[in-house]
Amino acid sequence: MQRIGVFVCWCGSNIAATVDVEAVSEALKLEPGVVFSTNYQYMCSQAGQNIIKDAIAEHKLTGIVVCSCSPRMHEATFRKTAAAAGLNPYMVEIANIREQCSWVHKDVPTGTEKAIILGKAAVAKVNLNAPLIPGETPVTKRALVIGGGIAGIQTALDIADAGFPVDIVEKKPTIGGKMSQLDKTFPTLDCAACILTPKMVDVAQHENIRIFSYSEVEDVKGFVGNFDVTIKKHARYVNEAACTGCGACTEKCPQKKVPNEFNLGMDNRRAIYIPFAQAVPKVATIDPNYCNMLKNGKCGVCAKVCAAGAIDYTQKDEYIQEKYGAIVVATGFNPISMDKFDEFAYNQSKDVITSLEFERLTNAAGPTAGKLLRPSDGKHPHTIVFVQCVGSRCDAKAEKGKEYCSKICCMYTAKHAMLVKDKYPDVDVYVFYIDVRTPGKNFDEFYRRAVEEYGVHYVKGMVGKVVPEGDVLKVQASDLIANKQLHIDADLVVLAAAIEPDKSARPLATKLTASMDTNDFFTEAHPKLRPVESPTAGVFLSGACQGPKDIPETVSQAGAAASKVIGLLAKDKLTGNPCIAHSDEMMCNGCSTCERVCPYGAITYMDKEFRMPDRTTAIRRVASVNPAVCQGCGACTVACPSGAMNLRGFSTQQIMAEVDAICK
Amino acid sequence: MSSNKKFLQEELTRMSGVNPKKCMKCGKCSGTCPAYDEMEYHPHQFVSMVESGDIEPLLNSKSLYRCLTCFACVDRCPRGVEPAKLVEAVRLVAVRKQGANHMTANDVPAMLDDDIPQQAIVSAFRKYTK
Amino acid sequence: MKVSYFPGCTLKNKAKDLDLYARRSAEVLGVTLEEIENWQCCGGVFTTSNDEVATKLSSVRALKEAAAKGQPLVSVCSACHNVIKQTNHAMQNDAFFASKVNNYMGQEPYAGETTVYHYLELLRDVVGYDQVKAKVVNPLAGKKIAAYYGCLLLRPNSTMQMDDPENPTIMEDLIKAMGAEPVVYARRNECCGGYVTMENPEFAKRKSLDIIENAKAAGAEVLVTACPLCRYNLQKAGTDMPVVYITELLAEALGVKEVTNEQ
Repeated sequence: MQRIGVFVCWCGSNIAATVDVEAVSEALKLEPGVVFSTNYQYMCSQAGQNIIKDAIAEHKLTGIVVCSCSPRMHEATFRKTAAAAGLNPYMVEIANIREQCSWVHKDVPTGTEKAIILGKAAVAKVNLNAPLIPGETPVTKRALVIGGGIAGIQTALDIADAGFPVDIVEKKPTIGGKMSQLDKTFPTLDCAACILTPKMVDVAQHENIRIFSYSEVEDVKGFVGNFDVTIKKHARYVNEAACTGCGACTEKCPQKKVPNEFNLGMDNRRAIYIPFAQAVPKVATIDPNYCNMLKNGKCGVCAKVCAAGAIDYTQKDEYIQEKYGAIVVATGFNPISMDKFDEFAYNQSKDVITSLEFERLTNAAGPTAGKLLRPSDGKHPHTIVFVQCVGSRCDAKAEKGKEYCSKICCMYTAKHAMLVKDKYPDVDVYVFYIDVRTPGKNFDEFYRRAVEEYGVHYVKGMVGKVVPEGDVLKVQASDLIANKQLHIDADLVVLAAAIEPDKSARPLATKLTASMDTNDFFTEAHPKLRPVESPTAGVFLSGACQGPKDIPETVSQAGAAASKVIGLLAKDKLTGNPCIAHSDEMMCNGCSTCERVCPYGAITYMDKEFRMPDRTTAIRRVASVNPAVCQGCGACTVACPSGAMNLRGFSTQQIMAEVDAICK
Repeated sequence: MSSNKKFLQEELTRMSGVNPKKCMKCGKCSGTCPAYDEMEYHPHQFVSMVESGDIEPLLNSKSLYRCLTCFACVDRCPRGVEPAKLVEAVRLVAVRKQGANHMTANDVPAMLDDDIPQQAIVSAFRKYTK
Repeated sequence: MKVSYFPGCTLKNKAKDLDLYARRSAEVLGVTLEEIENWQCCGGVFTTSNDEVATKLSSVRALKEAAAKGQPLVSVCSACHNVIKQTNHAMQNDAFFASKVNNYMGQEPYAGETTVYHYLELLRDVVGYDQVKAKVVNPLAGKKIAAYYGCLLLRPNSTMQMDDPENPTIMEDLIKAMGAEPVVYARRNECCGGYVTMENPEFAKRKSLDIIENAKAAGAEVLVTACPLCRYNLQKAGTDMPVVYITELLAEALGVKEVTNEQ
């Protein structure tokens, strides 16, 4: 029989105003197992905690019930109090008589009655509680960062600077991500490459960082502190160690008509290529879809001109196994397809472009060497129309676009407009907007400069139709302030396309058993208080894979994710949550139901030898819970058809005892 | 809002299936409307005025008969508001009143030429009369 | 194969060509258009208000007749197709409307079982453009043809589901199958002015001119359409741009235009 102490908190007047605390502590005194019951103004205060400690010692308590606020508030506090008094912390139960009782009821009799019932349930549970000891697992002191854009780069650098080895897996031939394609950055207009490329070099030279470029995560097993990851390194048909990045091959390759994805197809590259001058690693890659040698064995020019002998047409995909303690997802974003928005004629005219294409058009390393020229005829545009919110803020019923605000478009469009006016003051620039959203440091000032100093025409309204005719784009739009329909002959139309998570994110989330929202953004463990952690232990989030973000926000989040990783890797051992599932092997029938419902991949099956009642032995397939991976969600316990699964600290028997106490 | 206005507003949203509260006031409908310059009240104003209960001016406006029901605003609205359906509902409320037909059979002969297809006449009748 | 056919009022009168060429061409392609008995005018436009029942009954009658024969229902006129397809969609998805209709009409209740095709969809999805191409005896080589869709074929897209409503290809692909060169221009899905031409012909003329200018700038030599009212408005714009029915071109390509004209 337990010796239970009950401690009823007033929480000032928060509880005491609607609950007769004295009546509660008196009523609970009569419950089975209760040997002591009291109430106090603030149980969480030092004095309140001392009442608990003293009572544990004096009455030799084996379990306690604190009737107070939500366990989310002070369960940890009271567990520490119990532990300090020599009681196992899992012998503490909280009855929430504040959020779920005093705050939602108005009259004292009702509140008091409910508080007593909640207290009885907690007492019933403690009667069945057993001391629990959390397990420990070792930590592999190495981190994996998936994605080599600015988010991944910053996270990797911060972890590596703290002294832990980091691997970056990037699916493109170079790290750098979207930021490497940008021209200038808001709100300061400093050049993206000038601030990004030194970081890329830092990554390349950091003794703690390895880069797996042109590689993808193939498989993830294991759990926090102990992930087993298989990385697939695509054959680039170039020996990375030997290639000096001299570029001789990329000049001599006869296959010149390959759309250059770095410039979004606005110019061509060769079949063997280095994406851009500052690529890291600066190593050539052969595109097997276009290389004549790989396709039909007829060419071999690159091998002939390569002084380093780095070309290897026989190279195969390689699989690398590595162990990691933590995984950071930094898979980034892409602009959405404009196929469903062809009222803007994106698929009907080369001079209707997306904002990312515009970045390449104004970039000195872009297809026009930074001169603003129309893609169709290379002429200098005189009137440019920017359209905001293309595919953002759409209703789900409209079946096109995204419901969310893409967040970065208002600012980059102000930037584009300003860059145009700065280089070519003669150009007329229109920006059609629904709202101009500028909540960031120096952001609104930046936008106002575009309007007031540079004379960009901001029009509150939307473009309804773009008609390419001859060499102009006839833009029909509303001006809601003037209550007019505008007809503008433009030379270039730039669409601020909504952004969406990279397509690789969804399959990756499945491999990581990390949760995602309906838009395929990774979900954070808590939207406010744990914004860089996935609900899956050991998986962290960096950058736009979690939601639309600009560069300053991405870098902040990247650093935050790194600090969480460092905090994890700094530990030698991880203390687990003891409230986890376990299977009664004698009852388990090996049906795999629990394995299928487990969102964390914590359950595996094994064949085990059992002694049968007739003294023979039999091999049976039974479920086994990995205590380091189980998060104690309880899904398996309700799914298990034979009742073999149970959650420590929340066993079926404990919960039924609570229900019984409430219903009595 | 008076109970009369409220009734009319509810009637219009029920008939049309349009929820004007979904509008984010982007102006796409009025940006895309081919009949914009023929209208005194423009598509976005229909949505906004029905939402605020200011329906009387719409009922009396010739704008009702300028909408082509081409559905450009319906397909292109990012919020799925479907303004043309609201215009149609207001027009029906107007022409369903006794003697309020916008067009009568007597008006038709003057509008005809040798080539005009029957389709034009029946369409106009369906839109303008009850 | 045999399909139910709803010609509509205009195809029996001002747009006889559209009808005859459609029937004749379909025969060549192995499809018989069986005219529905006692069909009534569709009304020209679909009234979107969900309390309008009587104006949609003629469409339901035609749909039910096709259902009784177990055939899809085909029309050529864009307006008829639009009204019938939207009515069928309402019968499928608006239970309140459907119950009112079924209560009034009595007999077997109808819930939108009939498949509704526009003639172009029949060619693309049932016959197949490969099949059309194979039957072309008089390829329209060298002709630059601009398809004019207007609004009724494509919108509302959620119901019509014919093609990409902003950048359609169903007519362009047919033009290619006939051996001609399709001309793509952005105003091909903008309204010609429709029935407003009755009251305000000047307005319809402006809208039509915009369309023709856009097609001309893209290099069009001829405009094709499936809608008699579109054709009327485009012709009344008074330009030298020829505007013909798509079925006329089809009959020409299939080598049956002369035969049809003699009938």
